[in-house]
Amino acid sequence: MTTKTEKLDRLAELTTRTESTAGGSLWREALRRLRRSKMALIGAVIMAVFVVVAIVGPWIAPYDPTDQTWRDEVLVNHAQFVGPRGGNWLGLDHLGRDELSRMLVGTRQTLLVGVVSTLLGFAVGALTGGISGAALAFGGRAGRRLDTVLMRLIDMMLALPSLLLAVSVAAIMGQSLTTVMIAVGVVQIPVFARLLRGSMLAQAGADYVLAARSLGVRRRRIVLAHVLPNSLGPVIVQATLALATAIIEAAALSYLGLGNPDASQPEWGVMLAQAQRFFDAAPMMAVYPAVGIIVTSLGFTLLGEAMREALDPKLRS
Amino acid sequence: MPLLSVDELTVTFTGHGAPDVAAVCGVSFQVDESQVVGLVGESGCGKSVTSLALMGLLPQRGVRIGGRAEFDGTDLLRLRQARLRDLRGSQLAMIFQDPLSSLNPVVPIGVQVTEILSRHRGLRGSAARKEAAELLDRVGIPDPTRRLKEYPHQLSGGMRQRALIAMAVACAPRLLIADEPTTALDVTIQAQILELLKELVDQQGTALLMITHDLGVVAGLCDRVNVLYAGKVVEAADRRPLFAEAAHPYAHGLLGSIPRLDAPRGERLRPIRGSINDRIDWGDGCAFAPRCDFSTEECLDGGLPLTLLPGREAHRVRCVHPVAAAPGDGAGDGPGNAGNGPGNTAGNDPGNTAENTAEGSPGENPEGDAAETTEATS
Repeated sequence: MTTKTEKLDRLAELTTRTESTAGGSLWREALRRLRRSKMALIGAVIMAVFVVVAIVGPWIAPYDPTDQTWRDEVLVNHAQFVGPRGGNWLGLDHLGRDELSRMLVGTRQTLLVGVVSTLLGFAVGALTGGISGAALAFGGRAGRRLDTVLMRLIDMMLALPSLLLAVSVAAIMGQSLTTVMIAVGVVQIPVFARLLRGSMLAQAGADYVLAARSLGVRRRRIVLAHVLPNSLGPVIVQATLALATAIIEAAALSYLGLGNPDASQPEWGVMLAQAQRFFDAAPMMAVYPAVGIIVTSLGFTLLGEAMREALDPKLRS
Repeated sequence: MPLLSVDELTVTFTGHGAPDVAAVCGVSFQVDESQVVGLVGESGCGKSVTSLALMGLLPQRGVRIGGRAEFDGTDLLRLRQARLRDLRGSQLAMIFQDPLSSLNPVVPIGVQVTEILSRHRGLRGSAARKEAAELLDRVGIPDPTRRLKEYPHQLSGGMRQRALIAMAVACAPRLLIADEPTTALDVTIQAQILELLKELVDQQGTALLMITHDLGVVAGLCDRVNVLYAGKVVEAADRRPLFAEAAHPYAHGLLGSIPRLDAPRGERLRPIRGSINDRIDWGDGCAFAPRCDFSTEECLDGGLPLTLLPGREAHRVRCVHPVAAAPGDGAGDGPGNAGNGPGNTAGNDPGNTAENTAEGSPGENPEGDAAETTEATS
């Protein structure tokens, strides 16, 4: 019996070994699938360009973005805007600053606002949702109460229109770059909280949780080592999607005049807001930052979408 | 004293607005040290709910549990959760049906094995890893040190179940509950896993509660068998008497519906008609009566006890007129033979003859069966 068993297992081992060279953990396999996806590739390239520009922007910018070098040229002509030309590839803005330099340098702040606010929303939201989900699934009666309290708070945040919420936060906390980040981040909290909680509840009913419970594994360990790693997939995907939304929200806040008070510092949202006044005379001034926002959002969204597909267990072969 | 003594276990699911569902309505059985006891029945008869109730793994809300389950002198059903968690994995362990979904897909096997060792035996670091490798080796997983680093999807189905068994026996539990451990595996692996379970039970002196619908598994493994129907034990016997002379029509029907190699060509299988949904409340009589070929008015009396078959030591059956099988009679032939019984033999049981002959249905005389049983078994 034992020899036969061994033989059969060897055989099984051989068949699984070929499989194991291809696959690794859930994440490694997701990465492998991600690499094969064209959508993910495009998204990743856009994101990479965006990040590189954000880092090196100030150095590759041909001119100082805050210096109104060609101020006279623009002002003397009375709203005769200067379009693209030899020295200024994207032309000048309404104060005679080099548009290309402003775009390049503005990338950093745009990215910063997007990343920091998303991280904020992710951290607070995931913490709330995680506690709530764990409490409801494993905390007994007290846990259910805690979940109810937390989720009603989240519901209240969810009930407010996101921009209105951001505007309120920005209005309460005063105008600053930090405020913008917090305002945009706060808007993301309920989404992350709801998502992680739901995901954890789904995992809490899984067979392996029952199996772990049947072996006496402590609740804290079940939550942290078993439920959480399996629940994070959708939340991480949401984070990439939220990054795009955050950039747009930040731009919207700037547009409404609740952004960074130092208006000379370039940021795509601010630039878009300023361009609005001159839309008749110089539509391109609005187009550049708008295209920038759209393309980066698209990049993040593409990557997020591809990631969602790569992590979806139903699509896994 | 038996290791586990379940007494009148009841599990009722209560829902908002929905009527209560009694999944287990008074199950009693015992498991001795190093004994293999089978809990057999079709889907929905309460097998798995019984095991989950014993392990304390049913949800806290919407479930009402009654009765007693004495494990080594303590009542499992009244134990505090914290105490129960200490017991689970060390004294009690369970193996589940689907080995793939019972393992965490994103955690390597090694971590999942060592967490049990650190939880109950306080092993950490390399000591835990070494012990884990030894455990995997003991359940027949080749190259265990490498396997420890692998993820569940990299293992074959049989090996996953072996890994789960390794986790379950990691602390040499005194009672192992196996809930259809071979259902999700293909037949060649099934035999190996059963063999492995048998070996472990023999080595460690672990008692095994085998929950299954597969009578082949029962025949190969169990010392004692409890047949469950609609949340009650309808027949309890040692393996041999059960297979040779199943007395409850349900158990009889189960045996009769197994394909047999030695049956004559062209002979049809006899399924039990209807489904478990065609049951009546045990309070209103025998739950199996609507599907039973031998049911009579008397079956609808309710309060049916699990009674010792006359002349037997440990063969109990919950039936008004148990099927009699002639000694040596194949299980598949039983119902046909017994079907001729009622009506043919004159009733001579003094107990409740008058009442029944007065209102009994024509041609169906329950006492006939009872009399025949006595003749056949004594």
